Amino acid sequence: MSPEWQRFDRRAVPVSAIFMTGVAVMAGVPSAIGLSDISVAVALGWVLPGAVLVVVAGTVAEWLRLRYSRYRVGPERVELHTGMLIRNRRSLQRDRIRTVDVTANPLLRVFGLVSVRIGTGEHAEKGTVRLNPVTRATGDELRRTLLDRAAEPVADGTLAVFDPGWIRYAPLSFVAPLLGASAVGGALNVADWVGLSGGLVEWTIDRLGGLGLIGGIAVLAGVALVLGVIGALGLWVEMWWSYRLDREPGGTLRVRRGLLTTRSISVEEQRVRGVDLVEALGTRLAGAARVDVVATGLATGAEQNKAQHSTLLPAAPTELAQRVAAGILREPVSPTEAVQLTPHPVAARGRRLRWALAGVLAGEFPLVLLGVLLTEVLLHIAWISALVAVPVAVALAVDAYRSLGHGIHGDYLVARSGSVRRSTVALQRRGIIGWTVRQSVFQRRAGLATVRATTAAGSGAYSIRDVAAGRGIEVADAAVPGLLTPFLEEPPQQLDL
Amino acid sequence: MTDGDIRLRPPRHPVDRRSVGWWSTNLILLFATPVVVLVLLGALIRPARFWLVAPAVVIAVAGLVLVLALPRWWFRVHRWEVTETAVYTRTGFFWQEWRVAPLSRIQTVDTRRGPVEQRFGLSTVVVTTASAKGAVTMPGLDHALAEEVAEQLTVATQAVPGDAT
Repeated sequence: MSPEWQRFDRRAVPVSAIFMTGVAVMAGVPSAIGLSDISVAVALGWVLPGAVLVVVAGTVAEWLRLRYSRYRVGPERVELHTGMLIRNRRSLQRDRIRTVDVTANPLLRVFGLVSVRIGTGEHAEKGTVRLNPVTRATGDELRRTLLDRAAEPVADGTLAVFDPGWIRYAPLSFVAPLLGASAVGGALNVADWVGLSGGLVEWTIDRLGGLGLIGGIAVLAGVALVLGVIGALGLWVEMWWSYRLDREPGGTLRVRRGLLTTRSISVEEQRVRGVDLVEALGTRLAGAARVDVVATGLATGAEQNKAQHSTLLPAAPTELAQRVAAGILREPVSPTEAVQLTPHPVAARGRRLRWALAGVLAGEFPLVLLGVLLTEVLLHIAWISALVAVPVAVALAVDAYRSLGHGIHGDYLVARSGSVRRSTVALQRRGIIGWTVRQSVFQRRAGLATVRATTAAGSGAYSIRDVAAGRGIEVADAAVPGLLTPFLEEPPQQLDL
Repeated sequence: MTDGDIRLRPPRHPVDRRSVGWWSTNLILLFATPVVVLVLLGALIRPARFWLVAPAVVIAVAGLVLVLALPRWWFRVHRWEVTETAVYTRTGFFWQEWRVAPLSRIQTVDTRRGPVEQRFGLSTVVVTTASAKGAVTMPGLDHALAEEVAEQLTVATQAVPGDAT
């Protein structure tokens, strides 16, 4: 890279103009339809000048942004100056740079442009420089020059490539029900814009009237679910199309994926502190798991898409997931698979059962209360739903208990927990930078504790939940020799704790 | 916990005795605000007097119990210790928490004094590590002692190279 000051690509201006036009159309059409109740002339008279103003203002703002922004990739630092009124100067030390992510939304792709995010992983916002947009060639060059600094050559190769068959796991995650609910909500919202809200609801009730209340709810839930599944499939295709995970020369793990918006996410290997095997209940039953990397310096804090940045493999057959996890860690077998997990005391099951039943009770209480006060129908709904909810809750609680486990395997501390979202974390022991032992009043009575290993990577702390207190401390002491030792004691002599 | 199990011993130093006063004042301020607002409103709005004053009384009684009990409990539980190798604290009552951070991983050492804390001559030392969830706080230290601890920690931290991740 030349060490001269450079500007962003000028084509950002037409990109912005097209984008703002899109925004103006999206916002303008509903308003125009709404106003055309009065008269078409009034609608156009208000909406058209507004739309023109939005487009012009957006384009001029973008032009000004380009005019006053410049960046430089020097031998030691990457610098970015922005801002017209408030000058903003940001500079990153090159040896602190941990990630270089390259993304391109469809609009940028048409123009052959990309947006580059260079991160040190420190101080969320201040530690990041976004170069938006530069040409694709510049983006690739930036990624290579900024991350390639390892002295010894490292074997590279492909860890995993896209398999369209994985799409069968897409509807099984949490995404589907969420998308379904928001789709129904969205439909009502749109109906409200065009003044049909009441109409839509009445129409629905009309259609479903013959089915009774329960039937109506079932049909609605079914519709929401179908919409959710369609949404989840679409989202999965957009996110993971032409996915591949490579190890590049210089010791970098690189994920490339995306159908419309293409993304390239690079993680420096010396930043990797472990892996997290995530199994949503549905995908777990189907024998699939997702692999997240636990690494320092990934997008943190308020920055969105954090989860997606750390996901190195979407839900895929567990066997493959374990193999990829092993590959990421450069181990012959992934510690998440090889480890012998120690189960936790039975008291932990009691806690989970109590939480589950308390949850059901909290859900039923308003129904029963309103039922007693208002109408018997609600009481019937209450006992019917309890009939369904109690076994489900108990099953989830027992499953959550069976998920609990921890162990040490070679250089890794492995901890597993969760039922709806079961997560098996393998954390490098040298990546542990402290311990937090928590004990609630109830845990104390049951002799349990939650032992958290704090780390600079990933979410900042990984827990061994509800482990027998003594055992948890022993494991912590064994995982990081010496750190806890001076603070330990044999209990019989003293009663304080 | 069965006998013979290994456990964490309490850290060596208790917090300053004045912390009880500091915590009590904080709690009093916390509970007094809604009580005063409700009573004032009750005095002004005659028809709703009962519905305003009754919750005020409930809050006041609950607050009084907590003000008398919690700070004393906390005082017994909150302890801290700085050794050659690590910072070690114990906090909380309902959720008791032991935190250990090795000196080699410390990134920043701050001393904080809130307005109330200031009046009681106390400081809080906050030690952060590279982990987003690894901060260790030592509340209720005497001003001079807090300075001393912070100084000692800063020196120990500077002796270690690297970015402590």
